[in-house]
Amino acid sequence: MSLRLQTEHLQRKWLFTTDHRAIGIAYLLLSLVAVAVGTVLSIFMRIHLIAPDLKLPFWGVVPPEGYLALVTMHGTLMVFFVLTTAPVNGFASLILPAQIGARRMALPLLNALSLWLTLISFGVLLAAFFVRGGAPISGWTNYPPLSAIAAAGPGQAAGMDLWLVSIGIFCLASVLSAINLLTTIISKRCEGMTLMRMPLTVWAWLVTAVLILFAFSILLAAVVLLLSDRHLATSFFVPPGEVIDGLLVAPQANGSPMLWLHLFWFFGHPEVYIAVLPAMGLTSSLLANFTRRPVFGYRFMVATTLAIGFFGLLVWGHHMFVSGMNPYAGTAFALTTMAIAVPSSASVLGWLLMLLRGRDSRVHPLPTAMLFTLGFLSFFIAGGLTGPILAQPVLDAYLHNTYFVVAHFHLIMAMAGMFSLFAAVYYWFPLMTGRLMNERLGKWHFWLSLIGAYATFFPMHFAGLAGQPRHYAQLTGSTSTLGSLLPLQTGITHSALFLATAQLLFLVNLVWSARHGRVAGVNPWQATTMEWALIDSDCKVVRGPYEYRFHTNLPDFILQCADEAEQE
Amino acid sequence: MRDDHVWWMPPNGALHGVAIDRLMWWNLVALSALFVLAHIFLFAAMIRQKKSASQIADFSWKREAIPLAALTLVYAWMAISAQRLWATIRYQGAAPNALQVEVTGMQFQWYFRYPGQDAAFGLTRPELINAPAGNPLGVDRTDPRSADDIVSSILVLPAGREVDLGIQAVDVIHGFFIPGMRLKQNAVPGMQMHIHFTPSVAGDYPILCSQVCGTGHARMQSHLHVVSESEYQAWLASHEPHQTPGAAR
Repeated sequence: MSLRLQTEHLQRKWLFTTDHRAIGIAYLLLSLVAVAVGTVLSIFMRIHLIAPDLKLPFWGVVPPEGYLALVTMHGTLMVFFVLTTAPVNGFASLILPAQIGARRMALPLLNALSLWLTLISFGVLLAAFFVRGGAPISGWTNYPPLSAIAAAGPGQAAGMDLWLVSIGIFCLASVLSAINLLTTIISKRCEGMTLMRMPLTVWAWLVTAVLILFAFSILLAAVVLLLSDRHLATSFFVPPGEVIDGLLVAPQANGSPMLWLHLFWFFGHPEVYIAVLPAMGLTSSLLANFTRRPVFGYRFMVATTLAIGFFGLLVWGHHMFVSGMNPYAGTAFALTTMAIAVPSSASVLGWLLMLLRGRDSRVHPLPTAMLFTLGFLSFFIAGGLTGPILAQPVLDAYLHNTYFVVAHFHLIMAMAGMFSLFAAVYYWFPLMTGRLMNERLGKWHFWLSLIGAYATFFPMHFAGLAGQPRHYAQLTGSTSTLGSLLPLQTGITHSALFLATAQLLFLVNLVWSARHGRVAGVNPWQATTMEWALIDSDCKVVRGPYEYRFHTNLPDFILQCADEAEQE
Repeated sequence: MRDDHVWWMPPNGALHGVAIDRLMWWNLVALSALFVLAHIFLFAAMIRQKKSASQIADFSWKREAIPLAALTLVYAWMAISAQRLWATIRYQGAAPNALQVEVTGMQFQWYFRYPGQDAAFGLTRPELINAPAGNPLGVDRTDPRSADDIVSSILVLPAGREVDLGIQAVDVIHGFFIPGMRLKQNAVPGMQMHIHFTPSVAGDYPILCSQVCGTGHARMQSHLHVVSESEYQAWLASHEPHQTPGAAR
């Protein structure tokens, strides 16, 4: 069946489909909508920060609580519906079964259920904008008691409830989806696809799925407990003597907000690796493909993926150095956090060596997907290197919750994650549409985005060093020091506008290429992994995932499922 | 750029801040150097040399192992040096003779309570909190120890004396942040956290809220005035609430 026929097939069975490709594409379209909304919200924030009296479309003049609602919804949309949904659920549904030689996911109906739950969760979240009081204002981390008591602020009543319900549904969808991914990887691999022949993307999805099981189960529990505090008069997170606006609200309460912090960050830190591990797997695969050489140290890359996944579960306390946690616990979490820098650095060194080794064999000129992979690498280095600073409690005690942290996670998670997603879209676009994306537009998109991203997020380090806290709707106040940062923040806002505008090129490219792009044919990138193979009978894998220039007397690349006879 | 003043950071006014600034400076220098080095390598690896495929050599493990070992040493140095400083600053409580001040965060205001002559804070009770009546902290005026307590909306401290802050909140989590003192600690309702430090340079330092706490988060700001011992005593004397108990400022 040709790709075009498959595409028409998809269109016919769009609704209530259990086809993993259609579900993958639906997830990706959801992420596209979420990233567009999230970007518009961030632009509103940036404009409000430097021009507080300006009337914004849909909002009018943004009040301080409006700014905080923008922050909360921007963070929630981006973290959950973009950086989790797209790389894990979207691309895994689309690509994973073919990469392991399976025809479908292990549990197709469950896959469809996860998608529908995620869509419902998205609708519930957006509804928070339209209820009385508006969207919640306590940031995407929603620390209680601010999130536990409706009277604590506008948006903390119905808006907060909708946020919690939305995230609860999202947790459920993610856990179901992770069970499906795990089952598929464990039970649906085709003959010969041993663990050590799996592409690194599959390894990344495997580790990610395990992390999701741990992280989202805990978040689901936390969300249920918080809803119970809000509506069933329990006090898991509400402390004794809790007073809001001069009124004693819960005389019998005896909980602690610290419990929420631990539960939330036990989810929140693995979440970072959930977002970035698939990107790391993709980077290894694409560097191998575009340098036409095998992944450097395949087993070593598998080991770093596992090590990052393992340590990722042990570092959550580094978000809590100044939260009131015991300082000895701060030391323990600082050491585990510093330890995770080692496998992360090992991956980066491996990628740099792959580039060095492949500088003469690599594809020339560089395709857009490779450029975005290099962009990922640059942001991963830039954002990764501020990690060790923030891992030191004594330095974090100055930088915590300043713009330095905003710069750190927007480089390592947001920009690295987005650039990897762009690489994935440019690379796998033929599998969705049968066509290649436009390279000229793609290159403009890459260079403008790279410049815009560094110009937006790099200067935030300086605002952070100057001590500007996050979540400030304005730079005025009784102290004069923040006002002096206005020129810096004005520059950042202009860069952010530039960065957001550059993304229009991507949208144009998507729409244009889906209809008029060059027809890709079979295996346009001359790749070795099986999503590019035309499999009409049961496949059998006889070789590793990255056999580029592996044998001197054989072709440049050999598909994993190519016949054994070709070998030697 | 010297290692006693980090670019962009406000001037340091605390005794422990000198070591923190030096550590920050060395970290920023080391990590900026790694950033530049990695990018030079990245660009160099993009330059093609026009060798034929057969000439391309494969790598030995040394190429990865040696730089990784070096990076591990850098991270180990960072971990050890930072933990030694953290232990010095945070593992032990304040000296017994340190000045006691209670810091309370509430939407959207900081209050500072001094224990007065008796060096003891009077009881507070949440049900007595009544800001319009001049009792934002709910100080129990029937407790004799509360008679000389001073409640202020700015923090005034003498230079050169260790201070022990008891940081707490009544409503939601706030972040007590004095950039100039290199000091940050969340104020969490239901618990009191003790942080001790010694202001060393007289001056006016902004106090900010660093944990999102609601609508007025951005304007939850106050001031720390570090003054001489004599000015501090004069300030205390002028704020003693001896005439009108029940009307604290």
